[in-house]
Amino acid sequence: MVKITIDGIEIEVAAGTTILDAARQINPETAPPAMCFHSKLEGSGGKCRTCLVKVTKTSPSNPRPMPKLAPSCRTFVEDGMEVENNRSEEVLEARKGVVELLLINHPLDCPICDQAGECDLQNLAFEHGAETTDYQEERRRFPAKAIGDLIQLQMNRCILCFRCVYVADQLTDGRHHGVLGRGDSSEIGTYIEAAIDNDFSGNMIDVCPVGALTDRTFRFKSRVWFSKPMAAHRTCEKCCGNAVLWLKGNEILRVSGRRNDVGEVTEFICNTCRFDTKSLHLWEVEGPARISRDSVISQNHTPS
Amino acid sequence: MKPLTNRSKTVSNKTMTLMERLYLPAIVKGMAITLRHFFKKKVTIRYPEETRPFSPIYRGLHVLKRDDTGAERCTACGLCAIACPAEAITMDAAERKPGEERLYREEKYASTYEINMLRCIFCGLCEEACPKEAIFLTDRILPSGTTRKSFIWGKDRLVETESNRIDISKRHFYYKDEK
Ligand code: SF4
Ligand code: SF4
Ligand code: SF4
Ligand code: FES
Repeated sequence: MVKITIDGIEIEVAAGTTILDAARQINPETAPPAMCFHSKLEGSGGKCRTCLVKVTKTSPSNPRPMPKLAPSCRTFVEDGMEVENNRSEEVLEARKGVVELLLINHPLDCPICDQAGECDLQNLAFEHGAETTDYQEERRRFPAKAIGDLIQLQMNRCILCFRCVYVADQLTDGRHHGVLGRGDSSEIGTYIEAAIDNDFSGNMIDVCPVGALTDRTFRFKSRVWFSKPMAAHRTCEKCCGNAVLWLKGNEILRVSGRRNDVGEVTEFICNTCRFDTKSLHLWEVEGPARISRDSVISQNHTPS
Repeated sequence: MKPLTNRSKTVSNKTMTLMERLYLPAIVKGMAITLRHFFKKKVTIRYPEETRPFSPIYRGLHVLKRDDTGAERCTACGLCAIACPAEAITMDAAERKPGEERLYREEKYASTYEINMLRCIFCGLCEEACPKEAIFLTDRILPSGTTRKSFIWGKDRLVETESNRIDISKRHFYYKDEK
């Protein structure tokens, strides 16, 4: 076990933990925001830089600060390390800059986007972003694309976090889509023309932090805050069968995976559960799903 | 007890004098006041032939605006509905088909949009919430009706027609104009 101090709060964590994880163990709400890191996806993280923190003391034997702000999702703790997160002006300022950079090509079409209301980028911009931007250039534009019948890709909104690529790599047996092109012209694409019909491909929708990958069967059906999220399960031979049903009356508008305190999907569900079992009698409803009180979804919702 | 205002009068049960019991002088006095008012400037107007000027912050009947090219501005984002304290607004969204670009401004539009005018308290929060400058409260007065159903205003009555645009240019927004 190693001792680490984050914003003056001391915590003991196992060696090999990242700073982000340690901060989440203290309090998920004050932990640095993370857009590309996902604890269930191996190798994720290190792309978006929203999780930057300031390491003021690396260890007692090496009391110098790290020369630059460090991405907390990829930086491991050391015994006696001291980290500043929300306390450091420099970190908050850097985060503001990162949000601005993530948004330079974003179309800001939240009124149309199905992710609005549960979008990590929206929350990030609201909490950490600046109100204005200096960016005036053309934003890059891609046509909307359907990846198969079930998934809608709106490349304009993508922040290139690579999470969906890791899902395709790690959850599905054949890799069918990835990032094409480099730099400014990188884009998520399918390698084959045929639709992805892998059983777990739907999880890309859940891991995508923005509205770039959304559920085509839910497209424009309802704003997320007008449907009621209910925790439910069913017996499924392919996956755990634990999901959240988004109800309007007795109609299931959408099925998604369950999320933890920091908004990460905890258990991946198969496409049968997600797309093909949209009938209430096929599910055992447990009760209202837990929704953060800060979320707009909690407006019409009594969490358990 | 100290009176709350200087207009309060103490009530007494004293017996009336003869003059007071006659009532006639009081009636004459009252008639004189009435008569005087005949020759004063009238405070009423002959509505609806005549109307008073509306204040620029008057919040009357809603309108759903079209943009300059005539396409509907509303994109069914639902922000007005969630901002509405009276829960008066409901809507359904639909996807714009190719070829409908002239009808709807955005990729998604409201296929139905209803305001229950009996619920609405004309607070203007819907207008404040709208990111697309689609809904406005105007200086028009909500017509009366005889059935409850007639107060559910759908898109047929809310969306302005291209030939009869509703002018909202004089509307004053305290949250925008006074920044
Ligand atoms: S589509 Fe979504 S999950 Fe995939 S890289 Fe873009 S933002 Fe990340
Ligand atoms: S004016 Fe107020 S009460 Fe009426 S529809 Fe708009 S938000 Fe609701
Ligand atoms: S009127 Fe405005 S706020 Fe309401 S749904 Fe339409 S665009 Fe959204
Ligand atoms: S979450 Fe750490 S860099 Fe993206």
